[in-house]
Amino acid sequence: MKESKKTILIVDDDIDYLSQMELQVKRLGYDVVTADTQKEGEELIGKGKFDLAIIDLMMENKDSGFILCYKMKQKNPAMPVIIASAVTAETGLSFGVETAQDRSWIKADTFIEKGIRPDQLEREINKLLKI
Amino acid sequence: MTNSMATLKVLVVDDEPGIRSGIIRIMRNFRVGYPFMDEDFDFEVIEAETGERAIEIIEAQPMDIILLDNKLPGMDGIEVLDYIKKKEYDAQVMMITSYASLDLAIKATNTGAYNFMPKPFTPDELKSSIEGITKHLYLKRMTRNMNREGKQVRFQFLSVLSHELKSPINAVEGYLKIMKERQVGDNLADYDTMIDRSLERIKGMRNLIMDLMDLTRLESGKKVREMRKVDLNQVARIAMDTMEPMAIQKNVKMYLDAPENLTMVGDPDEIEIIVNNLVSNAVKYNREGGSVNVMMRQSSSSLNITVEDTGIGMSEDDIKLLFQEFVRIKNEKTKLITGSGLGLSIVKKLVEETYKGTINVKSQPDVGSTFVVVLPLIL
Repeated sequence: MKESKKTILIVDDDIDYLSQMELQVKRLGYDVVTADTQKEGEELIGKGKFDLAIIDLMMENKDSGFILCYKMKQKNPAMPVIIASAVTAETGLSFGVETAQDRSWIKADTFIEKGIRPDQLEREINKLLKI
Repeated sequence: MTNSMATLKVLVVDDEPGIRSGIIRIMRNFRVGYPFMDEDFDFEVIEAETGERAIEIIEAQPMDIILLDNKLPGMDGIEVLDYIKKKEYDAQVMMITSYASLDLAIKATNTGAYNFMPKPFTPDELKSSIEGITKHLYLKRMTRNMNREGKQVRFQFLSVLSHELKSPINAVEGYLKIMKERQVGDNLADYDTMIDRSLERIKGMRNLIMDLMDLTRLESGKKVREMRKVDLNQVARIAMDTMEPMAIQKNVKMYLDAPENLTMVGDPDEIEIIVNNLVSNAVKYNREGGSVNVMMRQSSSSLNITVEDTGIGMSEDDIKLLFQEFVRIKNEKTKLITGSGLGLSIVKKLVEETYKGTINVKSQPDVGSTFVVVLPLIL
């Protein structure tokens, strides 16, 4: 049993992915707050305090996730942010976060590929929350 | 493919001699090759210690890749970047700088830098950046060559398309995994929403594929157009029949107002695509208990099709984006509605390019939208 439940913010404009992620994360024992736009995500970080955020990369704009991540880190630098994306190297031209220098300025703590297994997800979350 | 791509010229602009010689050393035996490229690339490195010197070099001979420090003694890196972009040189610029601030990165990438690398960097980091730039440069030049040859290669389109095709697969796969592991228990009814959503996403994907087929037919121009007299009442009725199940579900009434024996000369498939898309949008984006009015009139020179709904409507800003490929208006009211984002871009192409007609939309949020298509009579 965890002493006090930690709260995780999930932002994704694909409502199916959002509800699946919500279910997974709740099953890991966390409270979950969801938003389905970059704008709503920004509003929520202005209001509440979260222990971790998992955000989609392509929402209203194809770099919504980066912008949201940047704003989250400005507001609360200590909160870990995971960027989830279905964009892989094969879509190539738009962009990727596969290289070291992309990661260094984008400021997310971890990048995960959408469709990650629940146990992998748990490991990433625990690592960032230092559990 | 031209052979000039085999050696790429890399200009290193940095006032620290150590950085310049380091880069030269790392790049000396470095080659980049991808399975899709006809040949490998190697690199010739040229040095400049100031921004002013860099510009002299760029003026004298074309560069392919420019590694640009921002902090320089005279003009700074951002100014050099501005100059390169203003002169439209065909070079990819990567900023290198000791403080990796996002602000500078955004400023630089907005001005047209390809990307950004913080100092100090390792040989591997430099190599992977150069690899990325080389691939980008290659694809960009290849695309341009193909466009010049008249081949419509649409990388951007394809990259968005692959995202659009993968999303529903991911969603359905996610639900299936949850069901397989009985993650919400053994009561089948608890999975109903997931099953419904999966079916909905599959339906969306099928529609996307159908729209793509329409688009391919239009763009390839291969299909032989069958010009004949089209019975517009019949076209409208088929479109309305197709939407009947959804209209019943949403309690939306559909009305057709058209004179009997209304015909025009055209390709029946094309006219159907136009009318189907407009009617199906009018039902999909309607409110519970709303209505759809399809009006068709013929004047001496044109056929006018008006489709009016009492739906959720759109803002001025939404309307500006409406006819672009893969654009779907995303908000609270549309999030449960599936669509490919291609329908109206196809309609616009058909109306304007194929039939030399016009399409206009008037809309008011929460009141409804009216689409008016005017097709000149042929011809």
